[in-house]
Amino acid sequence: MPAAPSGRGYDMTAVTDAPKDAFRLSMLIYDTRYRSMTIQIVVLLLFMAGAAWLVDNIVRNLQTLGKDFSFDFLWYRAGYDINQTLIPYTNDSTHGRALFVGLVNTILVSVMGCVAATIIGVFVGILRLSKNWLVGRIMTVYVETFRNVPLLLWILVALAVFTEITPAPNQFRVTEQMIAEGTEPEATMSFFDSIAITNRGTYVPAPEVSRSLGSFTVLDVPISLNVLAFLAAVAIAVLGYRAIRASASRVQEATGVRPVTWWKSLLMLLVLPVGLLVALGFHLSYPELAGFNFKGGINVSNALMSLWLALTLYTAAFIAEIVRAGIMAISKGQTEAAFALGLRPGRTMNLIILPQALRVIIPPLISQYLNLMKNSSLAIAVSYMDLRGTLGGITLNQTGRELECILLMMLIYLALSLLISSAMNVYNNAVKLKER
Amino acid sequence: MSDLHAQTAPFVRDTMLPPDPPPAMQSGAVKWLRENLFSGWLNTLLTIAGLAAILFLVQKFLPWFLHSVWDAGSITECRAIIEERWGPGAEGACWAVIRERWPQFLYGFYPAELYWRPVLAFGLLLIAIGPILFTQSQRAATIFIALIAALTVVSILALGQYNVLALVFVAALVAVQVYAPRRLMIFTLLYPAVGFWLLWGGSVWVPVVAVLGFVLGWLAFSLVQPRGGSILAVVAAVLVPTFWWLFAAGPVAGALQGVVPLGIEAVRSDRFGGFVLALTIGVTGIAFSLPIGIILALGRRSDMFLVKTLCVGFIEFIRGVPLITLLFTASLLLNYFLPPGTNFDIILRVIIMVTLFASAYIAEVIRGGLAALPRGQYEAADALGLDYWKAQRLIIMPQALKISIPGIVSSFIGLFKDTTLVIFVGLLDPLKGITDAVRASIEWKGAYWEPYIFVGVIFWIICFSMSRYSMYLERLLKREHR
Repeated sequence: MPAAPSGRGYDMTAVTDAPKDAFRLSMLIYDTRYRSMTIQIVVLLLFMAGAAWLVDNIVRNLQTLGKDFSFDFLWYRAGYDINQTLIPYTNDSTHGRALFVGLVNTILVSVMGCVAATIIGVFVGILRLSKNWLVGRIMTVYVETFRNVPLLLWILVALAVFTEITPAPNQFRVTEQMIAEGTEPEATMSFFDSIAITNRGTYVPAPEVSRSLGSFTVLDVPISLNVLAFLAAVAIAVLGYRAIRASASRVQEATGVRPVTWWKSLLMLLVLPVGLLVALGFHLSYPELAGFNFKGGINVSNALMSLWLALTLYTAAFIAEIVRAGIMAISKGQTEAAFALGLRPGRTMNLIILPQALRVIIPPLISQYLNLMKNSSLAIAVSYMDLRGTLGGITLNQTGRELECILLMMLIYLALSLLISSAMNVYNNAVKLKER
Repeated sequence: MSDLHAQTAPFVRDTMLPPDPPPAMQSGAVKWLRENLFSGWLNTLLTIAGLAAILFLVQKFLPWFLHSVWDAGSITECRAIIEERWGPGAEGACWAVIRERWPQFLYGFYPAELYWRPVLAFGLLLIAIGPILFTQSQRAATIFIALIAALTVVSILALGQYNVLALVFVAALVAVQVYAPRRLMIFTLLYPAVGFWLLWGGSVWVPVVAVLGFVLGWLAFSLVQPRGGSILAVVAAVLVPTFWWLFAAGPVAGALQGVVPLGIEAVRSDRFGGFVLALTIGVTGIAFSLPIGIILALGRRSDMFLVKTLCVGFIEFIRGVPLITLLFTASLLLNYFLPPGTNFDIILRVIIMVTLFASAYIAEVIRGGLAALPRGQYEAADALGLDYWKAQRLIIMPQALKISIPGIVSSFIGLFKDTTLVIFVGLLDPLKGITDAVRASIEWKGAYWEPYIFVGVIFWIICFSMSRYSMYLERLLKREHR
């Protein structure tokens, strides 16, 4: 017997079962070898026809309206003001610059929202699982309330809270008369007199340096050397910290005794960044009441505050459920096994439960971040000038180029989404179970 | 032996003592409190913090709720009543705004003398989905349907809009459910046409002719299948109705209306608003996004490169952009995409966009369900000799959909919540559109919280019951034995 039947041998038996036919046209439909090809060609033709129909319609409609398709307007003068900008912008800047300002604002509120929602969501998710009956119930009420009501309502309510309930700046005033009478002003600043929440915006302390390293500009965007230097210092500190831990692990592997490193780690983490801050003369500039309004510090508009608050609380409710599901997905046997190995509860959580739960948590967490970024376009309800407010709002209305503006806006959002999801997928691949 | 016993054991108890009660700390309320609220310093701290938070909220909001005013003509009158009853400086809720304006919250600017039509449409909707909601128990379905029918009749009578035909129709549906339960599914299938006709009104022939398209498709399928096989039959079943709707339906409906003029008063789309609008968009979106989502999910898992690429492109594009941009596309860009001169209803455009948006998310959920099925199920279906569609229909989809129920329902909830975004293309949603319209009047200027709370509570009830229903369904369909 030959080790394996030859291909020809199989053909011989197959031929007796199904004699080879000449190609007939009906085989395009009834023969599974050709059918998928036929379907794909039909789909392709339909798709091309549909696309051609759309393009033809667009061309004809543009002709009838006397418009052309061009993005030249991005280089024209915008002529409108934006109240909250992170990069320099005046109404003399171009529409393209306004677009950029809007994009930065979108990213700003998204990042702030993601960070805050993650922190709150993780806490709420863990507290919902706690053995404490009362806290568990409170968290359940929070999650169910926020998840089952439209986000738009939370944004509107947050805006109403910030504009209707918060005090006016002049209510913070302390006059000579009040000091003499010993009465308190109607409103006081929170967090040790550092943050003033008023109906004209929230004033927070601004970080400032007295010996600045200066800055350089890239594409008209000033980039502070102080910030870069600080980031570099933090990066070096973290690298050093990891090196200390690695060497401690090596010693442990070799001798079985882990050297005491906490004071080395602490020094490593603190010395360089703090030293740099001291050298730069870092200090906070606090907001102060001057005239009818606060001066100094950073003024965060009510629009941004309410959007941020609503996005955070809404998304945190979803993240809480994801965290809860992730922790519950780890079977109790894992905890018991860890205890049997003699691990303390803290180390059980860090070494056994969390790494496994993270694998379950990360993928839905990514889609929550994406949702938050997309939901930030509801800034339209509070007139926060995000990408939709600049490019898809005032620029669109001023230039009358709906087609270009909306297509460009969709493309930018799409690119942001793909960027976030690919970045988070890299992280997901790093923590996911390495199988075979 | 007995001597020894007497010496070593001077006393032996010969009756059992009743067990002692557990120590006070280990029983009853004290034990529960210790275990659930004060089991350690951290838990005690959390309990105290939780109690403080509840106390704070109650202190802030309870007086406001207790000082509610239900009957007033304007917000100033409301405040005057509150001052009068609970002293100067007292704050209270002014629910009178809801009482005064509830027709606007429910119907928007729908003509007041036609309120019975949305009410009937909503009642019929619940009756139509009754057989689907309670597939397991015929009794529960009958009770549900009878209850809804009674409520619908009472509401219509309470509106004072006496419409004999409508009431007879509702009664007939209940009779069908009692005597021939399976036949009610026919009404369920016909409901989209009925609901559309009730809400928008106009000639009765438009929905009839539209439904006729499906009948023609079915006829074409059953005529072609014996001769040309299933594939040609499917092609015929798609082409015939399409041509019917595109070219023949309009003239035929017009001709029939000319011969037999039957119809009810037409209502324009800009009169829609409030929860009628939210439910119209939400229910239509939910009904159509599931089948489209299933097709997209199957396309994405297809072996055919082109089909797969198109589906992936569509899904990722829709999921990558915010719904607002799609709504803007519907309101601003559709004029560019359609042949010059065509213009169609803004609500319809929004429904299409919302449906496409939801179907992309549902496709991903179902894809997850398909991926979660063990490979053996697919192989078993192949081994049984089932072709692709039979395998999907009989083996794969029932299991994949069951796994995906939570995800599908949360997509539905998301879709329903997203119906509030239609305000940004100029439709009067209940949340911002109607509350702004109410506040725009002099009487109710400054009434912020009450409308928001009212609308929020209604959304909450609908969404929460959807999520609870999905949990019930999950339990019901659970097959594995544990």
